[in-house]
Amino acid sequence: MQAYLVRRFLMTIPVLLGISIIVFLIMALIPGDPAMAILGSYATPENLARLRADLGLDKPLAEQYLTWIANLLQGDLGRSYSLNRPVLDEVLDRFGATLILASSALALCSVFGMIAGVASAVRQYGWTDKILTLLVLVGISTPSFWLGLVLALLFSVKLAWFPASGMLAVYGGGGLLDLLRHLVLPAITLSVVATGVIARLTRSSMLEVLRQDYVRTARAKGVDERRVIYRHAFRAAFVNIVPVIGIQAGFVLGGAVYIETVFQWPGVGRMLVGAISTRDILLVQGGVLLVAAFYVLLNLLVDVVQHSLDPRIKT
Amino acid sequence: MIQASWRKCMGTTGGRSSIGALFVRNRLATFGLAVLAAIATIALVAPILPLPDPDITDLANRLKPPFSAGAPLGTDHLGRDMLARLMWGTRVSLAVGIVATLVAAVVGSAIGIVAGYRGGRVDNLMMRGVDMLMAFPYMLLALAIVAVLGPGLMNALFAIAVVNIPFFARNVRGVALGIAAQEFVAAGRLSGLGPIRILWSELLPNVMPVIVITMSTTVGWMILETAGLSFLGLGAQPPQADLGSMLGDGRKLIIVAPHVATIPGLVIFVLVMGINLFGDGVRDVLDPRLRSGALTRPSAATAVARDRSLPEPVLDRDSAVLDVRGLRVGFHIGDEVYRAAEDVDFVVHAGECLGIVGESGSGKSVTALSLARLVATPPGRIDGGRVLFHGADLVEAPLEKLRAIRGEDIAYVFQDPQTTLHPLFPIGEQLAEAIRAHHDLSAATVWARAVALLDKVGIANPTDRARAYPHQLSGGMRQRVSIAMALANRPKLIIADEPTTALDVTIQAQVLRLLDDLRREEGAALLFITHDFGVMSTICDRVLVMYAGRIVEAGDADAILNDPHHPYTRRLIDCVPRLGDATQAIAAIPGLPPAANRLPKGCAFAERCDRRTVACEAGEIPLRTIADGRTIRCLHPITAGGR
Repeated sequence: MQAYLVRRFLMTIPVLLGISIIVFLIMALIPGDPAMAILGSYATPENLARLRADLGLDKPLAEQYLTWIANLLQGDLGRSYSLNRPVLDEVLDRFGATLILASSALALCSVFGMIAGVASAVRQYGWTDKILTLLVLVGISTPSFWLGLVLALLFSVKLAWFPASGMLAVYGGGGLLDLLRHLVLPAITLSVVATGVIARLTRSSMLEVLRQDYVRTARAKGVDERRVIYRHAFRAAFVNIVPVIGIQAGFVLGGAVYIETVFQWPGVGRMLVGAISTRDILLVQGGVLLVAAFYVLLNLLVDVVQHSLDPRIKT
Repeated sequence: MIQASWRKCMGTTGGRSSIGALFVRNRLATFGLAVLAAIATIALVAPILPLPDPDITDLANRLKPPFSAGAPLGTDHLGRDMLARLMWGTRVSLAVGIVATLVAAVVGSAIGIVAGYRGGRVDNLMMRGVDMLMAFPYMLLALAIVAVLGPGLMNALFAIAVVNIPFFARNVRGVALGIAAQEFVAAGRLSGLGPIRILWSELLPNVMPVIVITMSTTVGWMILETAGLSFLGLGAQPPQADLGSMLGDGRKLIIVAPHVATIPGLVIFVLVMGINLFGDGVRDVLDPRLRSGALTRPSAATAVARDRSLPEPVLDRDSAVLDVRGLRVGFHIGDEVYRAAEDVDFVVHAGECLGIVGESGSGKSVTALSLARLVATPPGRIDGGRVLFHGADLVEAPLEKLRAIRGEDIAYVFQDPQTTLHPLFPIGEQLAEAIRAHHDLSAATVWARAVALLDKVGIANPTDRARAYPHQLSGGMRQRVSIAMALANRPKLIIADEPTTALDVTIQAQVLRLLDDLRREEGAALLFITHDFGVMSTICDRVLVMYAGRIVEAGDADAILNDPHHPYTRRLIDCVPRLGDATQAIAAIPGLPPAANRLPKGCAFAERCDRRTVACEAGEIPLRTIADGRTIRCLHPITAGGR
C-alpha cells in the first residue's frame, strides 16, 4: 500500500507539469500581443514596452516558462489588471466558495445517484425502475443554467423559501444556517446532471454484479436477500462507482461556472467568466491552474480510495 | 472479445436488418428520433416560413407575453418576435452542436486509430497528450480556450470540440488496438497495402460502431455546453443568437418576463432529451452485450410456473433426504424455450452419494441448481415437478423458508472457486457469514468456528489464512474454502457441481477425497455432478446419466461402469482412460447434442447412435426398469458384454 501511494503520488508530478505548460501556453498563444490585449489598443507605446518587459515577453518562450514556473512556486501568479490585486489572493478567496458549492453538489449527487441506481437495479423493469429511469433521463438532459433560473423563479421569487443570490445575506448575514439557506438552490441545481450519471452507472454496475457467481454463492449460503444486495452486490459495484464519482467531480467543478453565474455565487467560475470578458488573462491563468491542480489531487485521492477498496489491485 | 463482437455486429447482415426491428421495439428511441426529426425540420424550414425577421426590434411591443396577437410566444426586451428568434436560434444551436461533434469525432477518431494501429511510442505519446487534456475539469479547459481565442460562436464551437476529442480518442484507440492485432490487418499489410489504405479500409469500418456510440453520447453534451458558453456571453454575440444566448438575455428579465428565458431553455431540454433517447437506442443496437439481455438481474429464487398436474409424492420414498419428481426446467428467451431438464426423477437417501453424469449441456448442472432454486430467472423457470426435501416441496416454498434451508440443510460446492468466492471479502468473513446466516451466535464464537472449519479442510495456519482474500490463495485452497463453507452448518445434503473440474489433476484427487471423507464424517448425503466417469466411479454409490435434459440410464455405480446398457453411457465410459481431459475425449462421440430449443420428439441421442431404428425417432421413449434399481431410456439397450 505504501509503495503504491508513493508511486501514485509520483505519477501526479508529470501531470501537474503538463497542466502548467498548457496553462502557460494560454498566455503565450493569445493571438497578437498579450500586452495589447491587457492594456487595450489605446495604450501608449512606452506603457506597452514596459509591460512586455514586465511580463518577460521579449525573452524566448522556454525562458518565459521557467521564469513563470519559478514565480509560481513562490506563490506569485502575477497581478490582476482588472482588480489590481495579486492573482493568488483573489483566486484563493474565491476558491473556498467554489469548494463549498462543488463538494455539497458532489455529496448530493453521490448519495442520491447511488440510492436511485440501486433502487432501479433491484426493481429492474418494475415501476420504480421505470420512473427512476425517466427521471434520470430528464436529469441528464437538463441544461443546469436553465434549471437554476427556473428553480430561482419558483423557490425564491414565487415562494420565497430560499435566497437566489450570493453566499450570505448582504445585511446581518453570517452563520452556518444562513450559508446553508443560500447553498440549497445552487447545490441542488449543480448536482442534477451528475446525479443522473451516477444513478445510471450504479444501476448497470449493480445489474452486472448481481449476475456474478459469488452472488449466487451468497444466496446458496442462505444469506438474507437484503444483505445479498446491499453487502455483497453493492460492495462490489461500489468499486466501479468510485472512479465515476471522481469524473463527476470534474464535471461539477466545471459546471459550477454556470451555477455561480446564475446564483451570483462568489466562486472561481464566476470570476473566470468576468476575467475572460475583461481579458484579464493572468487571472484566467491563475484560476484555471488552481482548479485543475486541485482536480489532479482529487483524482489521486479517488485512486487511493479505489485501491484501498479493492484488495485485488496490485499496480 | 469486445472487438470480436463489434466485428460480428458490423459483419453479419442479420444484425443490420434487425436494426429497424429493434427501433420499432424500442419505443423510447423512436420517440426520441421523432422529437429530433421535428426539431430538425423546424430548424431547416425556418428561412422559408412567413416569420417576422428575428433581429428586427420593436420597442413599442417589448416583453409581450406568450399568446399575444401577432406573437404566439411573445416578444423579448427589444420587441423581437420570440417564435422567430427561437426557430432561428434552434437552427444555430443545432448546427453548432453537430459541427462540434463532427470536428471532435474526426480529430479524436483519427488520433485513436493512429495510436491504436501504430502502438508503441506513438501510442504512448498521443495518449499521454489526451490524458493531459482529460486532467482538466471538462468545462474549465473550454473556458481557457475561449479565453485564448476571445468570445464568439466559432471559438466556443472550437473549444467544445477540443474538450471532447479525448472521449473519441480513448474509445476508438481501445478498439483499434485490438483490431490492429488481428490477422486480417496483418494480411492487408503483407499484401502490400499502404498504412493509409489499411487505416481507411480495414480499421475505420471496424471502429465505426464505437465512433457512432461516442457521438451519440457526446452530441447532447456538446449542444448543452455550447449553449452554456453562449449563456455566459462567451459564445454567440449579438445580433446573432443561439438558444444559449437567448437564455442569457432572458436571465435579467426572469422576474418581469419569465418566458424570455424559460422558453429557449425548454427547447434545449427537449432537444437534448430527444438526442439522449435516440442515443440510448443506438447504443442498444450497436452494443451487442446490452442487446443479448445480459444485464438482467437474476431474482433471489428461480421462478416457478408449473403447468401440468403435479406428480403425487410416493409414500415409500419418505425415507429419502431428497425426492425429485418430474422436474422440468426451461430457459425462456424471447419466444424460444430451451428445455434444460425434462421429467427428471431421482431419490437421494441419507448418507449416500448419487452422481449425475453427462456432457456439458446435458442439464445436470441446471438440475442441481434448480433443487434449491438457484437457476437464474430470467431466463430460467421451473416448469413442472416437485423437489421434496424431507417431504416438503421446495418448488412451492416461500423465499424465507427456502433461505432457511439453503446453506443450513442443503449446501452447495460450485465449480470454479475463482468466481464463486466474493473477491472483496476475506475468506474467514465469508465462512463466518455462512454460519451467521442461520445461527445467532456471538462474533467471536462464529469466527472461532470459521477458523476451525479452515483447519478441518486442511488449510495450514488457519488463523492467519482466515484474513486472506480469495485471490491470495491457490485454486485448490479456494476449493477447500468452498468445501468448508458447505460444511459450515452440518447440512444433510451437499450438492457439488463439478467441484474439481477447474483444478489440476493432482489437486483434484486430494479435494475429492477431502470432500468425501468429510461428508461421511458428518453423515451428509452427496449429490455429485460431473462429466467425468473416472471421477464419478471413485466416490459415487449410484449414478444417473443425463443426455439432452433427460435421464437416460440410472443404477449402481459399479453396475453401470462395468456393464452400461445405454449406447450413450457406453460411449461416455469409453472416454474414461483419458482422465483429466475428458472434454476432448467426449468430443470423440460423433455429432453434437441436439439444440435444446429444438429437441426431437423421439430419442435425443438417435442421431448420433449406431443402433438407432425408425422406432427410436417415432416418439417419446419411456424410462423403464430393467432390473432391480436399474432403469434405462432406450429401445435397443446393449446387453451384457455385447457392444
